[in-house]
Amino acid sequence: MPLTALDIYKHLPKTNCGECGVPTCLAFAMKLANKQAQLGECPYVSQQAKDTLEASAQPPMRLVTIGTGEKAVQVGNETELFRHEKRFYHETAYCVVIDDDLDVSQIKAKVENLKDITFERVGKMLGPDMVGIRAKTGDPIRFAEAIVAVKSSTQLPLVLISDDPAAIEAGLGAAGSSKPLIYRALKSNIDAMAKLAKDKGVPLVVYGESLEEVASLTDKAKAAGLQDLVIDSNFGGVPLHNMLRDLTISRRLALKKNFRPLGYPTMVAMKGSSDEDAIRAALATMKYASIMMMDGVDASQMFALTTLRQNIYTDPQKPIQVKPGIYAINNPGESSPFLVTTNFSLTYFIVSGDVESSKIPSHLMVVDSEGLSVMTAFAADKFNADLVVKFLTELKAVEKVKHKTIVIPGIVSMMSGKLKEKSGWDVIVGPRDSSALPKFLKELAGKWGLTGP
Amino acid sequence: MQLPVEKWTGKIREIAIGAVKEEGGSRSRKLVVGGQSALPFLDIDGTIPHPPALGMEVVDVISPDFPALVKQEFDDVLDSAAKRAKKCVESFGADFICLKLEGANPEGSNRSPEEAAVTVKEVLAAVSVPLLIYGCGNEEKDSKVMEAVSYAAKGERCFLGLAENGKYKSIAVASMANGHGLVAFSNLDINLAKQLNILLTDFGVKPENILMDPLMAGIGYGVEYSYSVMERIRLAALMGDSMLQMPMICDVGTAWKARESSVVDPHLGDPKRRGPLWEATTAMAAMTAGADLLIMRHPKSIALVRVSVNNLMKGGV
Repeated sequence: MPLTALDIYKHLPKTNCGECGVPTCLAFAMKLANKQAQLGECPYVSQQAKDTLEASAQPPMRLVTIGTGEKAVQVGNETELFRHEKRFYHETAYCVVIDDDLDVSQIKAKVENLKDITFERVGKMLGPDMVGIRAKTGDPIRFAEAIVAVKSSTQLPLVLISDDPAAIEAGLGAAGSSKPLIYRALKSNIDAMAKLAKDKGVPLVVYGESLEEVASLTDKAKAAGLQDLVIDSNFGGVPLHNMLRDLTISRRLALKKNFRPLGYPTMVAMKGSSDEDAIRAALATMKYASIMMMDGVDASQMFALTTLRQNIYTDPQKPIQVKPGIYAINNPGESSPFLVTTNFSLTYFIVSGDVESSKIPSHLMVVDSEGLSVMTAFAADKFNADLVVKFLTELKAVEKVKHKTIVIPGIVSMMSGKLKEKSGWDVIVGPRDSSALPKFLKELAGKWGLTGP
Repeated sequence: MQLPVEKWTGKIREIAIGAVKEEGGSRSRKLVVGGQSALPFLDIDGTIPHPPALGMEVVDVISPDFPALVKQEFDDVLDSAAKRAKKCVESFGADFICLKLEGANPEGSNRSPEEAAVTVKEVLAAVSVPLLIYGCGNEEKDSKVMEAVSYAAKGERCFLGLAENGKYKSIAVASMANGHGLVAFSNLDINLAKQLNILLTDFGVKPENILMDPLMAGIGYGVEYSYSVMERIRLAALMGDSMLQMPMICDVGTAWKARESSVVDPHLGDPKRRGPLWEATTAMAAMTAGADLLIMRHPKSIALVRVSVNNLMKGGV
């Protein structure tokens, strides 16, 4: 539970000295409660108050960084159980696992093949975020060699997978300063694993057969001086029902009960790569997995999963936008109809789908309405004649069609006069609802005598 | 460590679809959905008496833009909707059939209400599971089609669709006339969903005769909107809003609308694997957000989701 301004006020000096820049201690407390100020801005706060307040000011779920540089992955620091309440912040990180029993060239080839499961979608690159190396041979030297091979072929953060502290120690040596994640500490090895993680300053996955066991082990790791932990209660191995239940319990305890021992990002280690496993991965992506390790995921699975992930982790306040441009649908030519709509992704999907199903080759120009739908954008003056003219020019629409005729959505028929005047294009007012486009386009094509592109 | 249980005050309405002989129908058994006092599959919070029901879509006339990958699963029964329905039930394990009378559309095959009624009777005879029966979307035509359908399926307690804001009266009348229910469709908006339920109940439709369809968008095609609207509807229902406590139905066949589901692109993997997975992933999103019934298309998708539902319903230790 976050502290209220009054809870915080009790710990402040109550002198109203104003040196923090706010006239009264109560006002300062309110700013603190809203996270608009830092406690350190008060010069007179006692150490005891600091300790108390800082402990409760920590996010309920730890933010953990894995790897370094541009490709570093951040997980955790989630604040909601449901995305509509605010948003989910850090996408589930997908980790593809490679075994160390392959030879160096095979390992490099596997890393190289990761590009086969990486896709561009609405302007973002989607694919694996991390590479795991599993100590399958049990030979620390082989493990280290495999890590060196992976590290030399990718900038993606690494996960070092072994229950043997000796292997992990060798692996950490090979990983150098790349800040890998260690998988995993369990009851039998936690002292050694915690020491390795502490010495190298790297994050550590703490594994237990139950959430209780995990909680007791994270307490132990914390006592050993570790903060950057990730938790796994065999989420990937239990029946789906239990995975959902335990991931939910863990998130609820962390967020609603401020239960520190489970206030860490979660790890789901998948046991297989069938489509049933992909379905488990989909569920875990929606319900509270921070990191997911997968073996041998195929392109179909990865594409479906990364698409789902991109959707679920979108900020509900900021809709996904389509890149402005002139989109070719059904292979259009210079005499094909030319339509315009806004760049709200859902608007684009619906309109382009309806144009596609009309089977009439058409151009669809998408203008930047700041992600608003046609009606909202029009009401907010983000979709008007000037904007359409601007994009007709910028996108060189005259190079696409000869006829200089544009079809506008029926809802914005009011802009037709001004648009005609400013652009010199003829304007046809299309249907109010996109679902009427197939009929509309067929009739238009008939009228224009269009047979093909 | 104390379990963080949520005690909800509300409960989803338990609704039976289909009628057996004693009730004046001819179904071999009823399909019961809803009744839970918990978020999806979270039985730590309350009871979940029924798993989500997995049904399949059957169209009367297969339109040219019907997904080829789905169509080829029915290659041997393309000549009859009743045969396709039978295959859905007997080979693919559908819990119910959603019969879509798209062929009635005046801009398409323009089949008559009488022809639609014949199809309904054939499908009722071919399968013993409950039926949902949807019109073609043309309001004027549907009012006649639904009237004919209502009589053709008298006593079978089918759920007719889709009732929408502004066009619900004729379908409501058709559903009430012969002991059917209806599916109330709203466009991704919790307030519209609630408003429609209020309008319908004011009009005389009993709440236990209403299923809600809040519009399921596929992954890559706006699934996040559906997901959040459904979560909000379900939370409001569990908090006690009786006008949102109707079970939710999701048509996850919409997944195929996303080009990405089945476009031929070697980089995106085999469409034969990707397509069903796309639909199954959409189905998982629907169930996770609160769907009580799913209308599915591809046999592989329903098989995948069936395994997941079984695993989600029965806990381990």
